Amino acid sequence: MNKDESIKKVLLLGSGALKIGEAGEFDYSGAQALKAMKEEGITTVLINPNIATVQTSDGFADKIYFLPVTPDFVERVIEKERPDGILLAFGGQTALNCGVELYRRGILERYGVKVLGTPVRAIIDTEDRELFVEKLDQIDVKTIRSSAASDVQAALAIAEDLGYPVIVRAAYALGGLGSGFCDNADELAALVEKALAFSPQVLIEKSLRGWKEVEYEVVRDRFDNCITVCNMENFDPLGIHTGESIVVAPSQTLSNDDYHYLRSLAIKIIRHIGIVGECNVQYAYDPQSMDYRVIEVNARLSRSSALASKATGYPLAFVAAKLGLGYGLFDLKNSVTQSTSAFFEPALDYVVVKLPRWDLGKFHGVNREIGSSMKSVGEVMAIGRTFEEAFQKGLRMIGQGMHGFVENKEINIPDLDHALASPTDKRVFALAAAMTRGYSVDRIHELTKIDRWFLYKLQNIMATARELEAYSTVDEIPVDLLRQAKQQGFSDFQIARSIFKDKMDDAEQANLAVRARRKALGIVPVVKQIDTLAAEYPAMTNYLYLTYNGTENDVDYLGDHRSIVVLGSGAYRIGSSVEFDWCSVNALMTVRKQGWRAVMINYNPETVSTDYDACDRLYFDELTFERVMDIMELEQPHGTILSVGGQIPNNLATRLDAAGVNILGTSAKSIDNAEDRHKFSAMLDRLGIDQPRWRELTSMDDIHDFVAEVGYPVLVRPSYVLSGAAMNVCSNSDELVRFLKLAANVSKQHPVVVTEFIQDAKEIEMDAVAQNGEIKAYAISEHIEYAGVHSGDATIQFPPQKLYVETMRRIKKVSSQIAKALNISGPFNIQYLAKDNDIKVIECNLRASRSFPFVSKVLKINFIDLATRVMLGMPVEKPAKSAFDLEYVGIKASQFSFSRLQGADPVLGVDMSSTGEVGCLGEMTSEAVLKSMLSVGQRIPSKGVLLSSGGAKHKAALLDAARMLDRRGFRIYATEGTQRFLSDNGIASTLVYKPSEPDMKPQALDILHSHDVDLVVNIPRDLSSAELTNGYKIRRAAIDLNIPLLTNARLASAFITAFTTLSPDSVEIKSWDEY
Amino acid sequence: MRQTKRATLILEDGTRFEGRSFGYEAPAAGEVVFNTAMTGYPESLTDPSYEGQILVTTFPLLGNYGVPPEGGSPDLSRHFEGDRIHCRAIIAQDYAWEHSHWLADRTLADWLVQQHIPGIYGIDTRALTKHLRESGSMLGKIVFECDDEIDFYDPNAENLIAKTSCTEVKEYGPEDGKRVVLVDCGIKHNIIRCLAARGVRVIRVPWDYDFNTIPYDGLFISNGPGNPDFADKTVEHIRKALAGNKPICGICMGNQLLAKAAGASTYKLKYGHRSHNQPVRRTGANSCYITSQNHGFAVDSDTLPVDWEPLFINMNDGTNEGIRHKSKPFFSAQFHPEASSGPRDTEFFFDEFINLL
Repeated sequence: MNKDESIKKVLLLGSGALKIGEAGEFDYSGAQALKAMKEEGITTVLINPNIATVQTSDGFADKIYFLPVTPDFVERVIEKERPDGILLAFGGQTALNCGVELYRRGILERYGVKVLGTPVRAIIDTEDRELFVEKLDQIDVKTIRSSAASDVQAALAIAEDLGYPVIVRAAYALGGLGSGFCDNADELAALVEKALAFSPQVLIEKSLRGWKEVEYEVVRDRFDNCITVCNMENFDPLGIHTGESIVVAPSQTLSNDDYHYLRSLAIKIIRHIGIVGECNVQYAYDPQSMDYRVIEVNARLSRSSALASKATGYPLAFVAAKLGLGYGLFDLKNSVTQSTSAFFEPALDYVVVKLPRWDLGKFHGVNREIGSSMKSVGEVMAIGRTFEEAFQKGLRMIGQGMHGFVENKEINIPDLDHALASPTDKRVFALAAAMTRGYSVDRIHELTKIDRWFLYKLQNIMATARELEAYSTVDEIPVDLLRQAKQQGFSDFQIARSIFKDKMDDAEQANLAVRARRKALGIVPVVKQIDTLAAEYPAMTNYLYLTYNGTENDVDYLGDHRSIVVLGSGAYRIGSSVEFDWCSVNALMTVRKQGWRAVMINYNPETVSTDYDACDRLYFDELTFERVMDIMELEQPHGTILSVGGQIPNNLATRLDAAGVNILGTSAKSIDNAEDRHKFSAMLDRLGIDQPRWRELTSMDDIHDFVAEVGYPVLVRPSYVLSGAAMNVCSNSDELVRFLKLAANVSKQHPVVVTEFIQDAKEIEMDAVAQNGEIKAYAISEHIEYAGVHSGDATIQFPPQKLYVETMRRIKKVSSQIAKALNISGPFNIQYLAKDNDIKVIECNLRASRSFPFVSKVLKINFIDLATRVMLGMPVEKPAKSAFDLEYVGIKASQFSFSRLQGADPVLGVDMSSTGEVGCLGEMTSEAVLKSMLSVGQRIPSKGVLLSSGGAKHKAALLDAARMLDRRGFRIYATEGTQRFLSDNGIASTLVYKPSEPDMKPQALDILHSHDVDLVVNIPRDLSSAELTNGYKIRRAAIDLNIPLLTNARLASAFITAFTTLSPDSVEIKSWDEY
Repeated sequence: MRQTKRATLILEDGTRFEGRSFGYEAPAAGEVVFNTAMTGYPESLTDPSYEGQILVTTFPLLGNYGVPPEGGSPDLSRHFEGDRIHCRAIIAQDYAWEHSHWLADRTLADWLVQQHIPGIYGIDTRALTKHLRESGSMLGKIVFECDDEIDFYDPNAENLIAKTSCTEVKEYGPEDGKRVVLVDCGIKHNIIRCLAARGVRVIRVPWDYDFNTIPYDGLFISNGPGNPDFADKTVEHIRKALAGNKPICGICMGNQLLAKAAGASTYKLKYGHRSHNQPVRRTGANSCYITSQNHGFAVDSDTLPVDWEPLFINMNDGTNEGIRHKSKPFFSAQFHPEASSGPRDTEFFFDEFINLL
């Protein structure tokens, strides 16, 4: 064997909080690498503050540090742990950048830490654009010609020379941050200034808009053996970031010559660069010749490599980690067949389509056009044996109301040509609209530059829909047509809608009618395996998908009712991400440990739950009622768990129950009683439990009457919500009227719910597990922000540090009453408001919540393990009381990705906007606050702080913090009212003017542009969001110029207190098990 | 719905697969084999090694990029591997009626119709492949109206080498180049291109031509279809050449014939290697290659005489992937260094041969 035996202990850098451009894929990559190390008997140390990840769980790494992945902290961990080797390629750009910095500072050399896998020199060659171009020039490989500029003038000169349009790229940036297309000098100047705030250098290059974008995942061992595990082709042409693009694997429009020409080049490139492990090579490829340009090489595992792993069944991260230890590819086995070699290239006998998921609707003022910078927050992968099948599955999976390519609710597209030429997150709707209006494939191609092949396929779907629409009853549909529709990925719903059209009153019944008819005709899906070799060799693979393009199942069903199905969480989105993957994976582990076969259904390629090692059977497929029932009928499980995957499985409860599925744990009826606002409210009234006053209303008059009773502000929202979608706080009548117009459009069937909004109340979370209505374990945690900030955005401390004992006692009591009333068996979460000692229930979810991994890890009691055992009907002991008595505190802080969301107002409200979170431990609150805030990208200022706080209350809340800043010698800048308030309280500050007074100097915006301040605290006056206010301009400038921004007075105060009383050097470096 | 004709694949063990036609509508029979490549149907269809076979593509989508134009000459096509389609039929899960590629000048369906080759889609090719994997390659036939439209046909009972070889000597490349005799056992055109591109004079001779009668600097034995036992004449000629010291090289069938000339034996594999992802390792080295393969027979390494040794080994099933003489410049590969279709990682093989001349 070729393993380097000197490596006994390895440090792995994680990627921190999930953010746009760096999400769950690195939990999967890191978990795979840890598994590979474990298999080799190597001790592992992990640094990752993302407490919700699977990799930071018991049993993955030997030592876990919930600390920021920054050179200073990592150095201190190295000093303490003295690892022999370090893995830099598994934690995204965060880990890679940190690793390069550790190398440059000589830290790795000083402590004798060997970089495993690709050498740092090679990483630098791929990351620095100029070095990269130079490197590829040496082997005559064409790159996109570009020149570097470090100021705006130089950038303009280069563009003049190249001719517009040009594309701007920032070096060392994740997911294309600060990149974009510019058609003229004005656009260029604006973009370059922004990009330079993140990066010392930008690259200006000629745009190749309209070329194909193709990517290869390449693996190389130290013996120079190379394979390309997968190639992928973007549905969207060059110009749309690959993370924003629909991607298909393998490529569909490349001939053999094209495919192997680019493949050979990819191998030539990685040999020359000297990768050891995995990397990807991205190409721009001329649709009219074999001309190409290399766009970039990522010398690390990436979103694409996670996708490629799931698309092919080839565990790239696992293999890359082994290669880092010195193995050759020939030493390793194909982990699917277990008999053939890992040195091979998977042959697919299916087609995979990845679609991005955006949540742009949650942001005010955001630019919805998609382009060279990434904005999507998650993705799905669909598998089929026709393109049409995979594509329509995928559109349903992204969960944004599409039933597939056709039979959707029509959206209003005023200028279709523009919508096609300037794509937004709604571009698939635009394609469907164009086809409906009779645009030819050629015309759509001219406008969109999407390859005609894809458009032809979409036209096939459209044609089938038109044929179906000619019928008006299910029984009339010819068998062949029905089968063809299913083979093209039509859901029963789409078929029902195509025949019943507007007359479909009861969608449920219509679906079931289609289902019954096709089952009677024998039109049912078959289960196929993903085996990496297209059935050439027998494989024991448990990695499955369903298709209508086949006649035979690949697996046998025992019908012994010894399996438990766990429904996963679907696409990562704002409000539901890696935390539910942690819950799902832990449920699977417990199910297996207790002697059942664990079956997973999920379709998110970024997750650990879709790693076929995590369960006994993985169905990589839809979480729709239709598909879940298809699987239930085949699998005939003992029971199904739907309380660990967030809201998607939870929403299926009633229908699955009605279809006779055995739902484990809390009953579907109880779930409905908690989800349905009326039923839940009536129950609380019955139990004498207080709640904010609310009413469900259908007319404006009624609404005004109710508001007259409770007073402004009020919270307005539709029922059945996910993470506050379409929810808003209205502070006055104008706002109320304006918002209700929007809300009414959002959901016509649902009346509007108006709730009194209690100001300056504490928000408290109760996460618990109950059995037969009795609470077995619980965790009460407290938000640092007052109510009004969505619980997914709030900073949470656990155990609570500032709650009255009386409040705690009341919360326990009320929670017990609710658990009993709903006869809860399994996980649940209740949110409370507390003011003085009055508590009110805001919401109750009879499922695991976002904070389950956080409280489980802080408490070191695995709530999901407990809940799963409850759901399996096993007796569960209450943990000892002393287990709840902690000598440390955990802080969960939120990660925002506003820098990617051009135009969005970076302000927090009742609608969730964070993309990720971290959780850090400390012996004191300040210590945990400091670690967690540094982990989500806040920095301790060294120059000056700009304070600009709205109302009087906020000013007062910040006074102590301002005093501490002053005492510690920070230069304080303040806008008018704040400056006066500080001065009245004896704190010196420099007055700066708001953008609304452009003639006065100094301007707040100027001191941001000159980077005289390195922390901005800007508190909006009220909870409404007027877009073009002074506050918006200052906040947005801070984000665009990469200056840390805080918009909540209580959080700002906590952070300022932390960094003025503690220095990062004084923070103790303790691993999780040392607390 | 597109109205297409029903077509049925019947295997010799009686198994039936129902599909629909997208090609020429006349019954066909041959040996049913599967290929797991995800690209390269124009190359595969024209590869003479598929003579007499019904090709099943495991990748479910077929015809995406159409068919490139005719070009070059019948002796040396520009885009294809032979002068015509050699497969008897092609079977896939899904056919793309509309293609998209700048080079294509017609659809796959048009081309199949022109060449009188049936094409079937709508068949569960994964189920079919698993069946062939478990039962081994078997004969099959495609019928449109009734089962006895056509009889089963066993290509392995016929001398396919003679059927696909050229019948007269042809020359390519610069006249003043080193002279390489290329024995055509059913050659893929890219072997000619690869040699000619390296500046040698290629003298392509029929399979049974006695090249020992003409002057040459090196001998190259091509790929070809079917059972190597039919090429006794070629083996005899090679055996004579082995007495000398001039470089000898072979590909695929060439590997098998060289082995037989050396005294080793060959055997039929259960279902052969047909794909773009076959891993081979150079014996005694850490060098591995992803190769393109298309063969149903293999050399039995255990039967190699003492002065010969395996050169490459298949990393999946341990079968022989090449041999070499321990002291003389004779070597060959079971895989296809000329690729087309497939990965081009082993094109160095031609350089190794040319360097010996």
